[in-house]
Amino acid sequence: MNGAHDCGGMMGFGPVVAEENEPVFHALWEARMFALMSAVGDVGGWTLDEDRAACEAMEPGHYITSSYYEHWLNGLELLLQKHGLATAEEITSGTATTRGQSVTPTAAEVVWPAVTAHGSYERKADATPLFKLGDVVRTRHLNPAHHTRLPRYLRGHVGEIVACHGAHVFPDSNSRGLGEDPRHLYTVRFKASDVWGNAARDLIHADLWEPYLEAR
Amino acid sequence: MPHDGHHHDHDHEGSELSPLALRVKALESLLVEKGYVDPKALDVLIDTYETKIGPRNGARVVAKAWTDPTFADWLKRDATAAIASLGYTGRQGEHMVALFNTPETHNMVVCTLCSCYPWPVLGLPPVWYKSMPYRSRAVIEPREVLKEFGVEVPDEREVRVWDSTAEVRYLVIPERPPGTEGWSEEQLAGIVTRNAMIGTGIVTA
Repeated sequence: MNGAHDCGGMMGFGPVVAEENEPVFHALWEARMFALMSAVGDVGGWTLDEDRAACEAMEPGHYITSSYYEHWLNGLELLLQKHGLATAEEITSGTATTRGQSVTPTAAEVVWPAVTAHGSYERKADATPLFKLGDVVRTRHLNPAHHTRLPRYLRGHVGEIVACHGAHVFPDSNSRGLGEDPRHLYTVRFKASDVWGNAARDLIHADLWEPYLEAR
Repeated sequence: MPHDGHHHDHDHEGSELSPLALRVKALESLLVEKGYVDPKALDVLIDTYETKIGPRNGARVVAKAWTDPTFADWLKRDATAAIASLGYTGRQGEHMVALFNTPETHNMVVCTLCSCYPWPVLGLPPVWYKSMPYRSRAVIEPREVLKEFGVEVPDEREVRVWDSTAEVRYLVIPERPPGTEGWSEEQLAGIVTRNAMIGTGIVTA
């Protein structure tokens, strides 16, 4: 989706303002929002890709002018309704009027093992990788209406494969409830001068799945 | 915007809550009432990322890489396993890659699409990392952004920007500063900053 979240290369946002001695959370509601997303995510039945898709599904003007945890709040409210865990009325009132679903909430004592568990997004795939280290590829011109992880600023550009990561869960499918659909994942190196048409000698890298790429 | 630098304990209850705080409070009440979350688990989650999982973890990885060539080599080959050997595993660190700065190369990490960040080694990202200015500009004018952080990269040194578009997470291993010969791993870890491990800072002794 060509949303406001896909902001690489946009201009006009001003300087990067870093805060000295920044706290982890700036308000209690941010901390509670972070924890809610994590805890409900354990039992909600959605994937991380669906979570990202929900957080970026905001109206562009609203997305740009709201904070990170407001994106999460909007995302969680959407996910709860979509998965039948809560109604819009309940979310507004904060009071349950329907039974919802029967789940076992994450207990305090399993938080640490859960957040530190070894996980992996790599999966076995039958298909052999189309590309290998050193191959020159071109990113496709894709403008899907759904969640994708090929940023707009890197579409239609030539790059080189600098790492092969095996097959990973494919967000374009997984975010839509179409299964993990593992596809080969590569780190692709682009010359900044190719991407931006300037004289910069810097390099830009992105981790891109095979369906985003074609042989040059 | 809640950027006043106060810890969340300073928040007030009741009518002084902002509309967002009220929405989150209502949501928590609802989700607890429905039996989806245990409020004690929420407390533990918050404490975990406020006090246990943060940039001190990454600093230990860097200090060990500076003092132990075998570990540094392992980090280059398989950062996920090398970092896991120090006990840093889990969410948003499932597939780690270590980027070593050299006299020829300066690495810098961003996530233009959301704010992907290596939680097990750096904790949760600072506001600037999640902000539109950083996400939009890091890929098109990295050297200007670095200047705003006080990092002047000489023309002859290449800047390599890494946009975290998948589940691979990047940790920058900054150069060890001169004048730290003979320092212990613990002393070295003490000078490694979070920004240096994102690539928007350099380490000085």
